[in-house]
Amino acid sequence: MDIFAVLSLLDATIRLTTPLLLACLAGLYCERSGVFNIGLEGKMLAGAFGAAVVAALTGSAWLGMLAGVGVGVAFALIHGIASITLKGNQIISGVAINFLAAGLTTLLGQSWFRQGGRTPALPQGGRFAPIELPFASELAGIPILGPIYSELVSGHYILVYIAFLMVPLTFFVLYRTRFGLRLRAVGENPKAVDTAGISVTLLRYQAVLIAGVLCGLAGAYLSIAQGSGFGNNMTAGKGFIALAALIFAKWRPVPAMFACLLFGFLDAMQIRLQGVDLPVIGQVPVQAIQALPYVLTVVLLAGFIGKAVGPRAGGVPYTKER
Amino acid sequence: MADTSQEQARQPFGAAASEWAIELSGINKSFGPVRANKNIDLKVRRGTIHGIVGENGAGKSTLMSILYGFYHADSGEIRVNGAPHAITDSRHALALGIGMVHQHFMLVDNFSILENVVLGAEDSALLGPSLAKARGALKRLAQDYRLEVAPDAIVEDVSVGTQQRVEILKALYRGAEVLILDEPTGVLTPAEAGDLFRVLQTLRDEGKTVILITHKLREIMAITDSVSVMRQGEMVATLETSDTSPEQLAELMVGRRVLLRVEKGPATPGKVMLEVEDLVVTDDFGTPRVKGVNFAVRAGEIVGIAGVAGNGQSELLESISGMRDQKSGVVKLNGNPMSTLGDDGAHRARLAGLAHVPEDRQRMGLVIAFEQWENSILGYQDQPAYGKGMVLDINAARAAAAERMKKYDIRPANVRLKTASFSGGNQQKIVLAREMESDPGVLVVGQPTRGVDIGAIEFIHNQIIKMRDAGKAILLVSVELDEIRSLSDRILVMFDGHIVGEADPATATEGELGLLMAGIVGKEAAPTAGPAGREPNA
Repeated sequence: MDIFAVLSLLDATIRLTTPLLLACLAGLYCERSGVFNIGLEGKMLAGAFGAAVVAALTGSAWLGMLAGVGVGVAFALIHGIASITLKGNQIISGVAINFLAAGLTTLLGQSWFRQGGRTPALPQGGRFAPIELPFASELAGIPILGPIYSELVSGHYILVYIAFLMVPLTFFVLYRTRFGLRLRAVGENPKAVDTAGISVTLLRYQAVLIAGVLCGLAGAYLSIAQGSGFGNNMTAGKGFIALAALIFAKWRPVPAMFACLLFGFLDAMQIRLQGVDLPVIGQVPVQAIQALPYVLTVVLLAGFIGKAVGPRAGGVPYTKER
Repeated sequence: MADTSQEQARQPFGAAASEWAIELSGINKSFGPVRANKNIDLKVRRGTIHGIVGENGAGKSTLMSILYGFYHADSGEIRVNGAPHAITDSRHALALGIGMVHQHFMLVDNFSILENVVLGAEDSALLGPSLAKARGALKRLAQDYRLEVAPDAIVEDVSVGTQQRVEILKALYRGAEVLILDEPTGVLTPAEAGDLFRVLQTLRDEGKTVILITHKLREIMAITDSVSVMRQGEMVATLETSDTSPEQLAELMVGRRVLLRVEKGPATPGKVMLEVEDLVVTDDFGTPRVKGVNFAVRAGEIVGIAGVAGNGQSELLESISGMRDQKSGVVKLNGNPMSTLGDDGAHRARLAGLAHVPEDRQRMGLVIAFEQWENSILGYQDQPAYGKGMVLDINAARAAAAERMKKYDIRPANVRLKTASFSGGNQQKIVLAREMESDPGVLVVGQPTRGVDIGAIEFIHNQIIKMRDAGKAILLVSVELDEIRSLSDRILVMFDGHIVGEADPATATEGELGLLMAGIVGKEAAPTAGPAGREPNA
């Protein structure tokens, strides 16, 4: 493989990593506050649908993104009410959100647009365009670094840069701010937070809503940046892979980025390997290759991360009375 | 008793200095049908250590939770420094200068000490300045009150005594003038408890007010200036400590005369019934907790195992009774090696004549949702007395349960009642009755009186002595040093998975035992090691 083949593989890795990373960070905020979020998939899917619908109708990618975030937040609110206010089981409410999103997007899509659940093709301006960073084409001639800059760093959608900037931002919020300290505390020992005079409920809602925003962005990326329009179940398990990456990263932001990059890379490889004759094995069926990232998820989670201890109060609704 | 003008300067709300730091009047609080606090009046004088005693469920913790804003009183008035306040939440209480050290620490285990102190008391959205300020404050507090801690240590890595200091520091950092401590010594070694009391005395001398909730009368006598007694949700008396005695307090707590000392004759040890050789036991994560333990228990003697909670006693008990597989080593019952391996280890141990009263009655001793008679035969349900083949003879089981109920004075006397409806003491008696009545050769007892009221403690202790006098071999594990000392014929001290010493309860001082429990003295306890002057029982 020459450098351009490698670069295009890495380029695809970055593109495929972005939605995982946004969803993974969404899960990080939520789970650090002690609310398990198995509903990342559903929130992302709903966000993708909302973004595609509004972008198709208005012709504005920005309004579409806003709509995606709005829908993500609305679904997060449902999750929050069920699992924080009503103290329901967080796993079950998360699963319910996944079903709700899968069903609702198809139903509404079909009844509104009659294209088998798909949203109409996006008009001009309804889809984000790649951003060319300054001097990308001028520097392309410089050996090695030039192509890396012009091919790999430059030329992505705005949401790609947002996703990767969220990593240091999340690190800062988590470890250098008052909100981060309280967020980490409430996922470990909500009673300590409560006796310190801080509202557990408010903190957890904040975390769940931040997760909604990030899921909405991830969904918008899928439907109006990477793709052009919404398709049935277009998240295809990315929310669950993001969750796996979160556990793999032991709920820390920087490792979360690397975990997502690994899963994104596996996905990029999978696309690259389809139809390729491998030595000894020969041509591998497409389905087997497509399953590769999922198989590796299981293998990595089962065998390679050691003991992943999540936030200790995770999954338990907080009840003040004895 | 203290210089009031100086104190006033320290008060955040320089209101007219009231003699009373805290005044509660007519406090009522119910949880459903249970009236936890009935018309409570309490006055706590500024600059004193005020004790609150009472049995479990007497309403002490509820009352203090109301003062701390964790619960709201149904009715009644709270005055802080003479001014009435309706304390809405713990933040409000903190603002009024009331800090609480809970029985179960309210710490985030994987945070540093510094982060725990700052949590909830941050000055700004960015952490940096708050952490720096707290670091300085901790240094000052360490000097003023001799509360030294390493600010950057992670809480789960430091000792329980240090964790408690962190709780006290948290309260002081928030400007607490009144410090409430709920059962603070339950988890401490005697030496750590001594340190705590010195800190509390320093706090009082600096003008702070301390409210100490405890059920240990010795602590009340040793450190408080005045004491209030609660019984069944009511405040029955408030006394100057110098005017009262442990016997009087016990009587007030229970409502009748209680014998605080266990009366027993000398032991007449017979043949060896239980032998433990080189026993190694690991916990659920594979960490060794019992690291090669050897001892023997003879018929007709009580061997007590003393130690601070978490030094391997639980795993030792669970292994001997067949609930936990041993890694290596031998447990011999009546001379026969007994395998405790496998899931039916506990059953085989029972068949071999070893009865077990587990440490945690609700988790291991009882099925709390069962009716009393069901728990009364649990583990022995296969015995012919309770039925043939697969069918249970329910009437026989209920009759047996009713008989035990009478013998062990279990109240209310209704075998059809759900076990959860019995008080802690009566639940414990259900377990004891079941295990003692199985007529075992060896009785292994863990924490027989944890969460049990004084009246029931007296009864349980007497039953254990009776078993001994009937020629049974008894192994007793308890974190209550007083209990070990008063019941045991021999004391083994466990520290970090090893038996670090043996002591004669008749001659060993609390100081010597305390040093052993802290792992300070090696195999042979130096008789002169006990620090002089800390021997309130002598």
